[in-house]
Amino acid sequence: MVMFGHFVLLVLFGGAMSAEVQRPRGVPLSKRQFYEEDKPFTCLDGSRTIPFDRVNDDYCDCVDGSDEPGTAACPNGNFHCTNAGFRPAFIPSSRVNDGICDCCDTTDEYNSGIDCQNTCRELGRKEKEELEKIAEIAKEGFMFKKQLIQEAKQGLEDKKSKLGDVQNSKKDLEAKVEALRTVKETAEQPEKEAKERHLKAWEEQKAVIRMEKDKARMADVFLELDDDDDSFVSVAELQSHSELDPDSDASFTEAEAQGLLGGVDKVDTVAFETVWNNIKEKYVSESTADVPPPGETAQEEIRDTSSDNDSENYPDEDIPEEEDDEDMDEDDEDMDEGDYKAPPTSRTDDKKDDDEEGAMPPYEQETQTLIDAAQKARDEFNEAEKALREVEDQIRNLEKEISFDFGPSSEFAYLYSQCYELTTGEYVYRLCPFNRVSQKPKFGGSETNLGTWGKWAGPEDNIYSVMKYEHGTGCWQGPNRSTTVKLTCGKETIVTSTSEPSRCEYLMEFTSPAICQDPTSSDSGHPDHEEL
Amino acid sequence: MATFTERMGPVLLLWLAVCLSGSWAVDKGNFKTCDQSAFCKRQRAMKPGESPYRALLETMELTNTRLTLQLINDNNKVRLLLELYRLQGNITRVKINELKPLKPRYEVPDVLIREPPTEPLSLLSQDENGVVLSLGSESQRVIVSARPFRLDIVEGRDVLMSLNSRGLLSFEHLRMRKDTQADPEAENKEGTDPANPAETAKEEEEKVEDGMWEETFKSHTDSKPSGPSAISLDFSLPGVEHVYGIPEHADTLKLKTTDSGDPYRLYNLDVFQYELYNPMALYGAVPVMLAHNTQRTMGIFWLNAAETWVDISSNTAGKTVFGKMLDYVQGSSETPQTDVRWISESGIIDVFLMLGPTPRDVFSQYASLTGTQAFPPLASLGYHQCRWNYNDQEDVRSVDAGFDEHDIPYDFIWLDIEHTDGKRYFTWDPHKFASPKEMLQGLLDKKRKMVAIVDPHIKVDTNYKIHNEIRSRGFYVKNKDGGDYEGWCWPGNAGYPDFTRPDMRAWWASQFGYDQYEGAMENLYTWNDMNEPSVFNGPEVTMHKDAMHESWEHREVHNLYGLYVHRATAEGLTERSGGVERPFVLTRAFFAGSQRYGAVWTGDNAAEWDHLKISIPMCLSLGLVGISFCGADVGGFFKSPSTELLVRWYQTGAYQPFFRAHAHLDTPRREPWLFGPENTALMREAIRQRYTFLPYWYQLFYLAYHTGEPVMRPLWVEYPQDPATFALDDEYLLGRDLLVHPVTEEGARGVTAYLPGKHEVWFDIHTFQKHNGGQNLYIPVTMSSIPVFQRGGSIIPRKLRVRRSSTCMEHDPYTLYVALDNQRTAEGELYIDDGHTFNYEKKELIHRKFSFANGVLSSVDLEPNAQFTTKSWVERIIILGASKPSMVTLKTADGANQLEFDFDASMSVLTIRKPGMNAGADWTVTLQ
Repeated sequence: MVMFGHFVLLVLFGGAMSAEVQRPRGVPLSKRQFYEEDKPFTCLDGSRTIPFDRVNDDYCDCVDGSDEPGTAACPNGNFHCTNAGFRPAFIPSSRVNDGICDCCDTTDEYNSGIDCQNTCRELGRKEKEELEKIAEIAKEGFMFKKQLIQEAKQGLEDKKSKLGDVQNSKKDLEAKVEALRTVKETAEQPEKEAKERHLKAWEEQKAVIRMEKDKARMADVFLELDDDDDSFVSVAELQSHSELDPDSDASFTEAEAQGLLGGVDKVDTVAFETVWNNIKEKYVSESTADVPPPGETAQEEIRDTSSDNDSENYPDEDIPEEEDDEDMDEDDEDMDEGDYKAPPTSRTDDKKDDDEEGAMPPYEQETQTLIDAAQKARDEFNEAEKALREVEDQIRNLEKEISFDFGPSSEFAYLYSQCYELTTGEYVYRLCPFNRVSQKPKFGGSETNLGTWGKWAGPEDNIYSVMKYEHGTGCWQGPNRSTTVKLTCGKETIVTSTSEPSRCEYLMEFTSPAICQDPTSSDSGHPDHEEL
Repeated sequence: MATFTERMGPVLLLWLAVCLSGSWAVDKGNFKTCDQSAFCKRQRAMKPGESPYRALLETMELTNTRLTLQLINDNNKVRLLLELYRLQGNITRVKINELKPLKPRYEVPDVLIREPPTEPLSLLSQDENGVVLSLGSESQRVIVSARPFRLDIVEGRDVLMSLNSRGLLSFEHLRMRKDTQADPEAENKEGTDPANPAETAKEEEEKVEDGMWEETFKSHTDSKPSGPSAISLDFSLPGVEHVYGIPEHADTLKLKTTDSGDPYRLYNLDVFQYELYNPMALYGAVPVMLAHNTQRTMGIFWLNAAETWVDISSNTAGKTVFGKMLDYVQGSSETPQTDVRWISESGIIDVFLMLGPTPRDVFSQYASLTGTQAFPPLASLGYHQCRWNYNDQEDVRSVDAGFDEHDIPYDFIWLDIEHTDGKRYFTWDPHKFASPKEMLQGLLDKKRKMVAIVDPHIKVDTNYKIHNEIRSRGFYVKNKDGGDYEGWCWPGNAGYPDFTRPDMRAWWASQFGYDQYEGAMENLYTWNDMNEPSVFNGPEVTMHKDAMHESWEHREVHNLYGLYVHRATAEGLTERSGGVERPFVLTRAFFAGSQRYGAVWTGDNAAEWDHLKISIPMCLSLGLVGISFCGADVGGFFKSPSTELLVRWYQTGAYQPFFRAHAHLDTPRREPWLFGPENTALMREAIRQRYTFLPYWYQLFYLAYHTGEPVMRPLWVEYPQDPATFALDDEYLLGRDLLVHPVTEEGARGVTAYLPGKHEVWFDIHTFQKHNGGQNLYIPVTMSSIPVFQRGGSIIPRKLRVRRSSTCMEHDPYTLYVALDNQRTAEGELYIDDGHTFNYEKKELIHRKFSFANGVLSSVDLEPNAQFTTKSWVERIIILGASKPSMVTLKTADGANQLEFDFDASMSVLTIRKPGMNAGADWTVTLQ
């Protein structure tokens, strides 16, 4: 049989006040009026009424647990500890008499045999000190914050006025660009015509040179073919050049050769002119037949260089998560190789052409003058256009910064384009607010992106207390890395800790004056000492 | 926790490649099929009906305790010795060994709790065809037929079981290697086999090619210095269509026939991301099969620790219900029969035929051989919070605080491998866990406990004390060349202590002493993982079979290794308190007898609905073979569960014996309060339900410890004559009195539960609604539903004052739930002791029996000689299915007084208010 006293006599001290209040165990002063001795007790949810001697009789009668504020009988009850000297608290009824001291005034353990020490005064003192310290920080932090707000305001003004300036200069630039475009186009027309003229003349000259070369070659070939030096090229002589076989069927017959000679058995130099036009594409000179095609050696060399790069890119401690990066590297190299591979052959061809016909002669003075004038107009136009693009970038950046959510009073604006580092045993962590979070091994290795700026992610009533950085480097078989940055009030702006509570989900603690609250306007952090 | 992490050394890169390509499934190519296991292939190729074995009746010797008889293989003239024992409790033991082996063959030690006591056998009749022996009083006989050799166990006119009836007995005798030309017997054999010399010679040639003396799997070569040594025997079970057991497999409760695929395999392996519904080997092996029909339950215990395969076939398996009915109508039906065949790589045939006849008899027969479930500390039946890994002391502190903040009870928080100093077990990471005692004291202050992992692979590191001591004492397993065997595991290069050695185990146990294990306190317990053993670079991720345990090859002891690790650890925890405190040790690998050392879990499952479902048959199968303390990782180890799956898993796990949440390193956090207040409330409620039932769980474990009855059991165990229950594995019973049908379907709106017992009634434990037995009941469900029913006729004591840990609830009062049957009677028990010491062995306990009949509920002492006092009292009695009394009177030794009560007429629930008597007292409560 278990019986407990229904009432406790609570002697309370609070400042100069001293009072004696009688009420059932575990009931807060605010609810005392519902527990009147010698009157039937109605459960606080109104569900039923029971004799008062069933209050705190260690049996749960009320569905809401209100009849047992001082025992563990109800599964959903709450026990109130006064905690004189510290702050009062409710604990779940299940912590009453469980052998663990929960209330600093020891009132939750009145029948478990455990000896609890009253630690309220000590806790109160510590809390007071702590709160004072926090208040001090908050005070100083808030002063900084006001400054930050002022600076942000000023900065915003500056930026807005700068934006206005820049927007004006943009207009000027736009007009300038248009004007220069006209100048440029005007200068380019005569330039184009003069160049075309020059080119056409050169083309004609080239045709003459080519024809002469062809003739000379024809004569050489005639001599080469005319093996018996009888000044005629015969069917048999032609047959010795199997590459000329019209159907390339590996048998160059007499009839076929005769066909090429225009149906006669042999031709002289004059008649050979017609024949030459039919065979010159296929003809292989007897002296040049074995020359290898160009280009191969150059490629081999390039391949060697790239494989050297490969081995450098593989560190000894191979960790899987870096594999993706390495794959990408390899792709890059492949592409480079391709780039190198293509040009040589075409370049060689170009060169050959130049050799045959010589280089184009320089422009005449008149043409060159036109070209120079056009080039100058072009340069001036390009310069103006570049200046315009720069101004547009500037405007975009300014607009982005101006519209960025830097908090209710833009107090976080000072963090923009800053970075803060924290070095731990293994890594250097880097937080660049509103941009990205990264991690770099202390002793070499590549940087890992722990997330780029996502959003403010605090609870609804304090949304600016948490930053979320998302979509960092992917984890093996896991999510992309992300970082939650928790902001707390501090005089300085520093990263105080980092951790990885879940794989690839990082947590960073960050202090900043910008999050400090006005210590005079709110009493948050000061719980109400209702009974003191 | 298995396999690799990305932080592992380069040796695992190959693994990584394999696993990345294999997505989320086991890579079957890492593990052998029967065809890839030379002895299995060889044995399975044998055709039935051609047994070369003949019993030499003239060699028979019958003593008071046993019969011996020689068998001869007429093909090769090798003689075997058959020993047959009648054991107490209706068990027959059959042992077959070579009559004169070249060297001794391995006989499994340390699994039987004693040399089983025998009963006399007597000779009933004998002629040249055979012998008939009496198996005691139950008209049971064993018939030994001579040609071919065969054993039939007969009761009355029924054949219960036949051995070698299909002629698949095989015993590969030890021999000298052929190419050494030193096997006179083999040479002799060919000369003396006039029947078919050519064929025999051919057979020999083939066999040599079949990997008898060497076998290669993937890049691993097994040197097989002793050559072929496989054994095999078939068992026929007339009238049996349902066989169960032989865990561990991720498969249905009712075993399937294996004709169209591989046999069930028993070979302890660390299987990465195991697949469901197949016969592949997993982490543990218990070579025990149960056979059941409406008439009888029997068991076969094949005591062999080598790699083993079990084939099952049935003459009715292919038939539909309609086909069976047609057979019945036409009278053409042959008796249904299940045929089973066991094949082991080595050792001897030592088989225990547990002849029932009831399921309970089989449990008690098996318990008499291998012992019962260790009686766990009460706290270990609470909720366990685990994760790979809690990062540091601060993490542990904040998770612990999270439970209090969200008012969720728990008893144990767990630390996985990252807590150690570089995977050196028995040490702590000097930065993350710099002051373990401070951490443990913090938990102790809240009456909570911790488990830290200790795996058997030991980092080869001359600065590591444990390694140095094991090496200097020569305690490591040796490789085939005599050096210390080394393999790769979590720490990199690791040695494997030879746990088969008693001196090694004693030394290991001593390492758990408070003077040895720095940072340990009495609330620190242990978890043995990777004890198959897992060897990342070994064949099939385990140890080479030709590694040496003193004079025995690893092949002989493989399936025992995990049991020995578990045992040595449990003994260590017991010894550190001078034998006073009960140990708690969780193991992943196990064997027959592992139940004596603690709990097991189903290894590295995944966060998938099918894995939630399979947790039921997997634990039921273990319970049937003695291992009651079983659970699956709540939430699933690999991958991340949906919130719905996680909630359903908590609800299921709350009603399974070992209740632990666990998660892989790469998964996001999933402590129960991380999914919004609604889901926190659902998980809290599931865990709180668990805690209210702790008195019942504790009593069931006490029963399991006493009798070997499973805590979590299939319905057929209690309703053996109801075929509708025989294949059920989506619901189960806890003890006799709670029926659980967890919701294991995604998006479920209802479940259909079979409520057994035609004349029984079942009460919904949440609504007290009464349902008749013998029906399929559709139960609509919401996210908060956990369909659980209390059997009419039972009394279950609960503690409704759920506190932050089970220890905090020690002195709390009980509420008795009395569920009346149709005869308005009910019975139940209450077991109380100190919850953590071995003093119950000294009868420091309370064991009460409650009965309700004729309107009187009484509590009587089941252990009048026991001594224990409790502060707990009875605060409430709830009678389900009651009618309204006019007066309720309590009588105790102190006199009589009237009790107040409430009666809910709509549900017929009578609640008796605060009777107040001590839970250990004699009393009656009379309803008038």
